[in-house]
Amino acid sequence: MDSPKISLKGVRKAFGPKKVLDGIDIDLAAGQSLVVIGGSGSGKSVLLKCILGLLRPDGGSIRIDGEETARLSGNERARVMKKFGMLFQGGALFDSLRVWQNVAFGPIQADGMAPDAAKEVALAKLAAVGLPAEVGELYPSELSGGMQKRVALARAIAREPEIIFFDEPTTGLDPIMADVINDLIVKCVRGLGATAISITHDMGSARKIGDRITMIYDGKLIWQGATADVDSSGNAYVDQFIHGKAEGPIKMQVRRL
Amino acid sequence: MSLAPVALLGRMTLAFLALVGSVTAFAAQAIAQGCRPPYYRQQIVRQMLEIGYYSLPVVGLTAIFTGMVLALQSYTGFARFSAESAIPQVVVVSLTRELGPVLAGLMVAGRVGAAMAAEIGTMRVTEQIDALTTLSTDPFRYLVMPRLLAAMVTLPILVLVADLIGVLGGYLVAVYKLEFNDLTYLKNTLDYLEVEDVLSGVVKAAVFGFLIALMGCYQGYHSRGGAQGVGAATTAAVVSASVLILTFNYFLTEAFFAR
Repeated sequence: MDSPKISLKGVRKAFGPKKVLDGIDIDLAAGQSLVVIGGSGSGKSVLLKCILGLLRPDGGSIRIDGEETARLSGNERARVMKKFGMLFQGGALFDSLRVWQNVAFGPIQADGMAPDAAKEVALAKLAAVGLPAEVGELYPSELSGGMQKRVALARAIAREPEIIFFDEPTTGLDPIMADVINDLIVKCVRGLGATAISITHDMGSARKIGDRITMIYDGKLIWQGATADVDSSGNAYVDQFIHGKAEGPIKMQVRRL
Repeated sequence: MSLAPVALLGRMTLAFLALVGSVTAFAAQAIAQGCRPPYYRQQIVRQMLEIGYYSLPVVGLTAIFTGMVLALQSYTGFARFSAESAIPQVVVVSLTRELGPVLAGLMVAGRVGAAMAAEIGTMRVTEQIDALTTLSTDPFRYLVMPRLLAAMVTLPILVLVADLIGVLGGYLVAVYKLEFNDLTYLKNTLDYLEVEDVLSGVVKAAVFGFLIALMGCYQGYHSRGGAQGVGAATTAAVVSASVLILTFNYFLTEAFFAR
C-alpha cells in the first residue's frame, strides 16, 4: 500500500486540564474524502487546526506525504501549506479586499503571480462555484451567507491544492443552498483529485461528501468506516448522533430550569 | 495575620512579568519574521497613509492649540518678573523636546492604536488570521511588520510637522495678541533652538510609533471571544500604549538631557 497522504499517530492536545484530543490516529489515502462527525466542543476543529499547524499538538505525529509536520514553523510551514486549501466555517474572507482579491490572495501573495493573471484565475474559480464575474468586484459584506461560502470555496481551490479541509461547510445555510455547497464540494474535490477532510454536524452533508466517516467523542475516534456503513455501525454513540436523539450514551451538559 | 494581600501582590507581579515577557516575545517574533522576505510594500504604504496622512488633522489641531496655550500661559507667568522675551524659547523647546512627540504620540495611540487593535482583533475572532496562514502568508510579515515599520517612519515626520504647527500657534498668539515683534519672535525661536532639541523629539517619536503599533497589534492578535474581546483589546491597546509612551518619555529624556 502507498504511504498515506495524511497520517496522524497518537495526536494529543489539551487546554489546561481538558483533554480535547486524546490519541488520535488517522490514515487517509490520496484522493479519499473523510468526514469527521461529533458534537459541539468535541475537538473536531482543534483536530483540523493541529494538522494545519494553527495549533501545536502536545504530542503525537502528523505526517503529510510522509513528512513530519507537527513542529514546522515559518518558511517550512508556508511550504507545506501550499498543499492545503481550507474552507472556514464563517468563510473568513478578508473584508478589506474585493471578492476577486480574496480568491486571488494565495496566488498573488504566496505564489508571486502577477495581479492580472491572478484575477483571471480568480474569475475562473468564481465561475466554477457558480458566481458571475460581476461578483468579483463586490466586497464580502455585500454578499449573502451562501455566496460567501461559495467565495470561500473558490479561494480554497484557487491554488489547486492537494488537500482540502472543510470546517462545517453547510452551517447556517438553508437546505437547498447547503445541498448546492455539498455538490460544489464534491465536484471541486473530485475535479482536483484532492484528499479531503470535512467536519460537520450535518449528516446529509456527511453522507454526500464523504467516502469514509469517523466519529470523535471525548477526545478519541470511537468509530471509523465507509460512509455506506454508518447506519449499521453497531456503535450506540454513532447511532445516537446520526439519528439526533436526546436519549443515549452521549449526555449533554444541561441544567434543569 | 492574613497573607492574602501578599499573595495578591505576588499574583499581580507574576501576571505583569508574564505580560512583559509575552509582549517582548511578540515584538521579537515580529522583527525576526518581518526582516525576512517577502516584504509587503503595499501594506507598508497603506499603513503609512493611515498612520501619517490621516492623523495629520488631529495632530495638527492638537499642536496649534498647544502652541497657542503655551505662549499665553508662559506670558502670564513670565510677565510677573519681566521675562517675556523667553517665551519664544519656552514654546519651541517645550514643543520639540516634549509636547510635540508626547501629544502626537498620545493622539496617534488613540486614533491608530485603537484602529489597529480593532482590525486585527476582528481578523482574529473571524478566523481571518488563520486563513492567512493557510494561504502560506505569515501574519507577522503581512499584518504586524508593515504596521511597526510604518509607525516608526511616519510618527517622526508627523512630529516634525506638529512642531512647526505648534511654533506657528505660539507665534500667532505672541504677535497678534501679546503684541510681540514678529521678526524678533522668529529670531529668538531660531536662535535658541538646537539640533539636539529636534533630534530628541524625532527619536522619541520613532520609539513611540513602535510602541503604539506594537501594542495595537499585540492586543488585537491576542483578542478572544467576539465583539466583547475586540472591544477589550481596543481599550487595552490605547491604555497600554499611552502608559508606555509616558514611561519611555521619561527614560528617553533622561538619556538625552540628564547631565
